[in-house]
Amino acid sequence: MRIFPELHFGSRRSLRILERNVVIYRTQWLMLVSGFFEPLFYLLSLGIGLNHLVGSLSAGDRLVTYAMFVAPGMLATSAMNGAVIDALFNTFFKLKVAHTYDAVLATPLDVNDIALGEVWWALVRGSIYATSFLTCMIILGDAGSPWVLLCLPGAILTSFAFASVGLAACTWLRSWQDFDTVALIQLPIFLFSATFFPITLYPGWLQGLVRCSPLYQSAALLRGFSLGQIGPSSAVHIIYLVVMGLIGLVVASHRFRRILTP
Amino acid sequence: MTSDSLLSARGLVKQFGNFRAVDGIDVSIERGESFGFLGPNGAGKTSTMRMISAVSQPTAGEIRIFGLNPVSHGPEIRARLGVVPQEDTLELELSVMNNLLMFGRYFDIPRKVIRQRATELLEFAQLSDRADDKCDNLSGGMKRRLTIARSLLNQPELLILDEPTTGLDPQARHLLWDRLYRLKRDGVTLIITTHYMDEAEQLCDRLVVMDQGRIVAEGAPRALIEQYSTREVLELRFGAEGQEPYVDRISEYAERVEVLPDRLLLYVHDGDEVLRAVHATGATPESALVRRSSLEDVFLRLTGRTLVD
Ligand SMILES: Nc1ncnc2c1ncn2[C@@H]1O[C@H](COP(=O)(O)OP(=O)(O)OP(=O)(O)O)[C@@H](O)[C@H]1O
Ligand SMILES: [Mg+2]
Repeated sequence: MRIFPELHFGSRRSLRILERNVVIYRTQWLMLVSGFFEPLFYLLSLGIGLNHLVGSLSAGDRLVTYAMFVAPGMLATSAMNGAVIDALFNTFFKLKVAHTYDAVLATPLDVNDIALGEVWWALVRGSIYATSFLTCMIILGDAGSPWVLLCLPGAILTSFAFASVGLAACTWLRSWQDFDTVALIQLPIFLFSATFFPITLYPGWLQGLVRCSPLYQSAALLRGFSLGQIGPSSAVHIIYLVVMGLIGLVVASHRFRRILTP
Repeated sequence: MTSDSLLSARGLVKQFGNFRAVDGIDVSIERGESFGFLGPNGAGKTSTMRMISAVSQPTAGEIRIFGLNPVSHGPEIRARLGVVPQEDTLELELSVMNNLLMFGRYFDIPRKVIRQRATELLEFAQLSDRADDKCDNLSGGMKRRLTIARSLLNQPELLILDEPTTGLDPQARHLLWDRLYRLKRDGVTLIITTHYMDEAEQLCDRLVVMDQGRIVAEGAPRALIEQYSTREVLELRFGAEGQEPYVDRISEYAERVEVLPDRLLLYVHDGDEVLRAVHATGATPESALVRRSSLEDVFLRLTGRTLVD
């Protein structure tokens, strides 16, 4: 018995799925552009508005402006949303509506290549958005340390974790109506992840729960990078997100196999 | 199971839940052969095609394609296959040309080579002038032609076609037949399912008839006709009075009678002679046709089903 049957997962051919998605999105470039500007608008409006209302607050050992506090949280949120929405909507469409993968499976590509390829795609998109977001963040002076550059791999890791879980989740959706359920799950994650205010403001019993949230893990990781507060907890966040992504990927490929090659 | 077969399957089973779509079939197909799978709807042809194109895994049994096991060597096998699935699976958002370009990439063919082959294949599919149109805007038959063209991009050694000509007009159908003859001459092995018996007779060196997941007959088209049918068939249609009163009276002249809703089929050695005998009994068929037995008669005998005519 092999304990790690998925130890070699997918192949180089998975990059063809990435290529395919790039070709398709060339016809839908408006979507890319909107994904590019959305975080910029948030950053600008929050920075201008809330900076004045909230003033500065303490993060770890230093006082920072509200924009400095909230920007990494928004980067995490936008990485989550981007990855989940693409994984859910577009993959659901390809899997169950357009039957795109049926054609792919008649070629040397395998189910694992498909799952992995969709993850590559999420990473590429995620890194484009994160780069634009970080550029704005630095220009607007919302970065608290040179370590902010680590936010790029951090955001890509976030995309990986959420895209993989999103891929797995979309296999359970039966129709477009089920997307309401997804929103129902996403909303509390969004609200209870200490993205917009420090975790210490939650009541004690809720703090434990908040710490379990993947978005909290990502936001805390990125905030640590952005403010130059890197420590053992950063490693914990990273491990959390890596494990989450790997589990999601393996589950997704198992589910894909069941659906695509019954 | 001969070891040099291009494809061999033994005891092949495909089960969906408690239902056996393919119930233990054995086939062996030689290199350069063109082999047909016939059978009524739901016989298990597509389920079989999906297993022998190394896509779906058999519930039980064993397959060797190019001497390889598809369970462990799927990618290597699929690289050498061309597949026309029963349902078109095109990228509707992409242009006709881009569909081919993208598909070729899955086989790691260099872009320049894909473009050359795609140009030639679009010529064959008579879609050259539609190369830049969005695939979604093609007619059903054009999509089918594109799917067929796509299956040839990787210059497959084995071409698996699941009802390739469904939805094609007669001219496109004959173009495909021509192409398939040429491929066969060049040594390509063909596996075809079809509901058109004339197509099967034309194209297949050998075929099997499937029914309810099992193979009920196997052989060359002519041999099957000889084995399961008579030399000639006399088709009788009766007018408003109906055929019931005559069935018993006429039956004794034929080796076998098929009673269809709108006509009687009499399986006989000499159709004209039997027709005279029928007239002598006083029966007055509205129309009578003597023809040679065809695969349709074999199909009808084996599966109890007629084909659309
Ligand atoms: N994924 C599936 N899940 C459950 N049952 C299936 C599945 N695929 C096929 N079947 C069943 O298996 C049987 C054989 O189907 P298959 O598609 O192989 O038939 P076929 O011979 O290709 O028929 P047709 O001539 O209509 O294409 C049918 O009863 C079908 O309902
Ligand atoms: Mg079928």
